[in-house]
Amino acid sequence: MAYVAIADRDHEHHLHDPQTFITKYIWSQDHKVIAIQYGITAISVGVLAMILSAMMRLQLAFPDVFSFITPNNYYQFVTMHGMIMVIYLLTALFLGGFGNFLIPLMCGARDMVFPYVNMLSFWVYLLSVIILMASFFVPGGPTGAGWTLYPPQSILPGTPGTDWGILFMLISLAVFIVAFTMGGLNYVTTVLQARCRGMTLMRMPLSVWGIFVATILGLLAFPALLVSAVMMILDKTIGTSFFIPAVLSMGESLDHLGGSPILFQHLFWFFGHPEVYIVALPAFGIISDLISTHARKNIFGYRMMVWAIVAIGALSFVVWAHHMYVSGMNPYFGFFFATTTLIIAIPTAIKVYNWVLTLWQGNIRFTVPMMFAIGFIFTFTHGGLTGLFLGNVTVDLPLSDTYFVVGHFHMVMGVSPVLAVFGAIYHWFPKISGRMFNETLGKWHFWLTFLGTYSIYLPMHYLGILGVPRRYYANGITDFIPESAQTMNVGITIAALLVAVVQIIFFVNIIWSLRNGKKADSNPWGATTLEWQTPDTPPKHGNWGPELPVVYRWAYDYSVPGQSLDFIPQTEPHHGHDSVDDEDKDKK
Amino acid sequence: MHMSTLLIALLTAVIIGVFLVRHLTAKPWLTVSQPDDIGPLQIPALKVGLWAFFACITSLFALFITAYLMRMDPNHASDWYTISKPGILWLNTGVLVISSLAMQWARNAEKSENIGGLKTALAVGGLFALAFLGGQLIAWQQLKNSSYFDIANPAVGFFYLLTAVHGLHLIGGMYVWGKTCFRTWRRTTIEKGRLSIELCTVYWHYLLLVWFILFGLLLST
Repeated sequence: MAYVAIADRDHEHHLHDPQTFITKYIWSQDHKVIAIQYGITAISVGVLAMILSAMMRLQLAFPDVFSFITPNNYYQFVTMHGMIMVIYLLTALFLGGFGNFLIPLMCGARDMVFPYVNMLSFWVYLLSVIILMASFFVPGGPTGAGWTLYPPQSILPGTPGTDWGILFMLISLAVFIVAFTMGGLNYVTTVLQARCRGMTLMRMPLSVWGIFVATILGLLAFPALLVSAVMMILDKTIGTSFFIPAVLSMGESLDHLGGSPILFQHLFWFFGHPEVYIVALPAFGIISDLISTHARKNIFGYRMMVWAIVAIGALSFVVWAHHMYVSGMNPYFGFFFATTTLIIAIPTAIKVYNWVLTLWQGNIRFTVPMMFAIGFIFTFTHGGLTGLFLGNVTVDLPLSDTYFVVGHFHMVMGVSPVLAVFGAIYHWFPKISGRMFNETLGKWHFWLTFLGTYSIYLPMHYLGILGVPRRYYANGITDFIPESAQTMNVGITIAALLVAVVQIIFFVNIIWSLRNGKKADSNPWGATTLEWQTPDTPPKHGNWGPELPVVYRWAYDYSVPGQSLDFIPQTEPHHGHDSVDDEDKDKK
Repeated sequence: MHMSTLLIALLTAVIIGVFLVRHLTAKPWLTVSQPDDIGPLQIPALKVGLWAFFACITSLFALFITAYLMRMDPNHASDWYTISKPGILWLNTGVLVISSLAMQWARNAEKSENIGGLKTALAVGGLFALAFLGGQLIAWQQLKNSSYFDIANPAVGFFYLLTAVHGLHLIGGMYVWGKTCFRTWRRTTIEKGRLSIELCTVYWHYLLLVWFILFGLLLST
């Protein structure tokens, strides 16, 4: 009995059919509704973070113009922008949003294996967002400690938000981690347990692989953030000295004698670096599927792509201290982490080569999702290559804390994942909504976003090489920064504001198409994977009607020679000798 | 971070060993029969979920322990003063061992359909777990009243922190224990009751193991 779907066993899996509006759309246990709830919440809070970045850019370009942007506000904007984008937008959207929507549909399950816990996961996530937002309204405002929250400055007077803001931030993070754990256990167990008949691990689409491995990373790495958050809360509230060293604060000596700020940095980055891949791996998977589908070609090197995802996931736990080269660590330590960092470039490069080789001689259709996917290859390669600079200790030291770093990480884990998000939304929009979006608006959205973000971040690398420091409220007059740098700052700000404004095109397109878009076929892209083979579009509760699908082939049978169509769905049996039943017989 | 690195490396090696070698070598693009795949695991989803949860909280405890060891590094920590641990911790450890043994007894009773024994064992297991939690609170109080109590001493901070984190996990377990008791006394769904008794027992053993490690760490430092 090789493939018995858990979802087929009554006692294992009860579907909770929604009875009322509230159980259908609010306290819903349907993975698709929860995915949309996650998506809307994450994107809403992401828009707020984008507005904060626009304020930062206004301040940098026109330092003396906006009196309401004080130095304190500026640091608060920086901090909240970073934390919201990394945790509350990208992590929540990729895993809570796409993870929820795609895993059961792509694996051929009716729902997540623990639907109630899944619902709880969203509501706890929402609670964490509310706590975070509440910090804007407490005395002193939100924390301005920088998204890394390094102590001692994050909890001692002098930094904005040290009274309440930092506490709200830490509590919100702890609550988020609880929410993520509930969701994460669901995603992992569903992938392992609820795949339909015939869906072997190596027949899973790469999107599922990316989300699956990213979830494992999250389950192992988020505890590090929880540990540091709990210890910092105790330092702040009851006077323990885990992180606070012997220090003078506001001219007075504090009681602490020897806490370790470096300990916090280790803990933070032990979470922080896998976090990069928690965001990147789902994007890798999604981009692979988008490229293969829209180039009408099987993914090049599927096995190698799976191995690369697993290898990147494993290696991401042994590179964290490359964020700490300037913390005064032992040089041999730096050597070790530089080496592991460079090693991780190998599986990552394999992925990029394989995307390009998938495109090679493909029947490329420049649909909107495809344009975002190709855009991703550019921005990710760009961000990845500048990462090699920063991974080397000797190159990192002069570039540390400059705009080069800002340019690098925004290319690699800001713009790239966001392009993947947009590509994915456009790609699955017909399945989610049952409507097609407006292609022209989508293309405008792509080009303005893609070129706009390049205009923002490419010049930042140059500013960084000049030595312009990041995190400064205003650069003032310095010998080493030429006046032209300020002109460039103005240019960057104009580009940033433009990019922010053009996102309106996206929202208009989505909202307009929800009501007025052309009715979508069940499989408008001619895709092979299971979510496009559902009996209803959008899929109804339970996804598959009375019978679960059976999978006979991998997810990438595109342009198979001798076939009338240029794709063969995973549910299509092989004509002739081989089928799942045959395999079962073989095993018996 | 050495220990956690080691742990993660070990976990990764296990994952690679299990999946890569045996299963990830399939060639899914071929139309001929595929090498064996694990398929959906033939064990209940809840069990898989619990083991995934173990991986997660093992990481949590390993990181707390790593932070403990890094913080007490004599090269940096001039403010770490070893404290005398409350003697009641020995008693508490014994109580937790009994609790864990009782849960194992419950599991065995369930297997042999001994309903009376099952109910007694579950009750004993839960009550001794509660007694353990009460004992930990007394230990907290004893340390607070002792001359060693100085919250700025990281040894004191960690004592409270580690015992609290462990205790919170046991309180979470008590919630499941409560549900299991409810099911057992009502005896409506035997199959589900059996699974929750098994999972509860495994969780109890896991927390006992964690407590042994934490207690050993506290005693030796």
